[in-house]
Amino acid sequence: MAGEDELKLLGTWASPWASRVKIALHLKGLSYEYVEQDLDNKSELLLSSNPVHKKVPVLIHNGKAICESLVILEYIDEAFGAIGPSFLPADPYERTIARFWAAYIDNKLAIPWAQAFKANTEEEKAEGLKQTLAAAEMLEGVLKECSKGKLFFGGDNVGYMDIALGGLITWLQETEELCGAKFFDTAKTPLLFEWMERFSGLDAAKVSLQDGGRLVEFAKGGGLR
Amino acid sequence: MEKEPKGDDGGDLKLLGLTVSPFVIRVRMVLQMKAVSYRYIEQDLFIKSDLLVTSNPVHKKVPVLIHGGRPVCESSAIMEYVDEVWAASTTGASILPADPYERATARFWAAYADSKLLPAWVGIMWAATEEERTEKVDETLAAIGRLEEAFGECSNGKAFFAGDSVGYLDLVLGSQLLWFGVLRKMFGVVVIDDDAGSKTPLLASWAKQFVETDMAKEVVPDVDTAVEYLKKLQAHRPGSTVTQLLS
Repeated sequence: MAGEDELKLLGTWASPWASRVKIALHLKGLSYEYVEQDLDNKSELLLSSNPVHKKVPVLIHNGKAICESLVILEYIDEAFGAIGPSFLPADPYERTIARFWAAYIDNKLAIPWAQAFKANTEEEKAEGLKQTLAAAEMLEGVLKECSKGKLFFGGDNVGYMDIALGGLITWLQETEELCGAKFFDTAKTPLLFEWMERFSGLDAAKVSLQDGGRLVEFAKGGGLR
Repeated sequence: MEKEPKGDDGGDLKLLGLTVSPFVIRVRMVLQMKAVSYRYIEQDLFIKSDLLVTSNPVHKKVPVLIHGGRPVCESSAIMEYVDEVWAASTTGASILPADPYERATARFWAAYADSKLLPAWVGIMWAATEEERTEKVDETLAAIGRLEEAFGECSNGKAFFAGDSVGYLDLVLGSQLLWFGVLRKMFGVVVIDDDAGSKTPLLASWAKQFVETDMAKEVVPDVDTAVEYLKKLQAHRPGSTVTQLLS
């Protein structure tokens, strides 16, 4: 086949950021080579593809490396714009909303979550959890106002924000096990809970998300990066 | 919505900002480049206005662009929004290149400039000890060193990261130059060195060109204004975070 695209994804099975990219590639129907990385013994390929951060995920498209999961999502959306669904909406204002909430997920959910998980003191943990659960409430509010009864943050179909949050699902599902409080609580955040179940049921999610039990074992064993 | 290209006042367009904030400066420069008129409303971040709090209830930060009554928050989202809505503007090319890989590269380095460089130099200003200050200076210089390399790769021998004219990454990094002036004046720290033997000769030349652009001259306040603002912050809020300082 002429003009074949070569796609390689460097990731770790536990990484929610890599899960985001796997989900996106699957939704687009793109085939790629997945290369599991050992972060304790970083490969030449990882170091040369992401010399600045030396982190996963890295998407290598025809030899060119793209780093940072949200940058990769936008790249996939743009480079493969003619294939499969679009992640970002067409309307400029709606695009700003999607980008705003993706940034929120990274800064206001993921960071406090990590704090709650890694906390050395009860105080630090409590503060991290408080912010994490506040983020859950916030996202519940977004679903209530924005989705207008539709299935996903993106509307009828999975969009950028869904993928941004979706990659984190297994980690978030294990919040009670790992940090002491439930993130997806059907009583407190019913819409978010439903969203989580719906998203997890997608083929793209099934092949990209981790097994909860294995993840907990890994995390408790000191594996979180 | 139908929009006239040149001299378009964008209908009802307001920007809530802080003149010395890099996040605000970059947005104002894009608006300037697109020749879009807007009503600028300076915010007091110590006593936040109702308009700011209702427009950005999640973060209560600037900049916020309010277009036809609808708020747009996060400087990167605002820049892309303005670029997309006023794409047909005859006065300014797109701030992002057309090629997806080049766009990804610009976004990557912009994220780097905001997440690695900016917190480092803010840290210099708030350092509690000499040791901490030295650490932050080292981090700042390491980050600017990376960006010097990136400039070599991105610019292809041209004046700006984006080529012949200012683009997205130029704006994100260029909007921080004002504070490099403050660091030099108040702390004796030189981030981009334009002397012989400089480790950042490419950025030194880039910075000179950036500050000479029309939009930089229109939008960027002088160093003394930023110095005064920092002094005000130091008096009111020792140990503030980046958030409280500049957005």
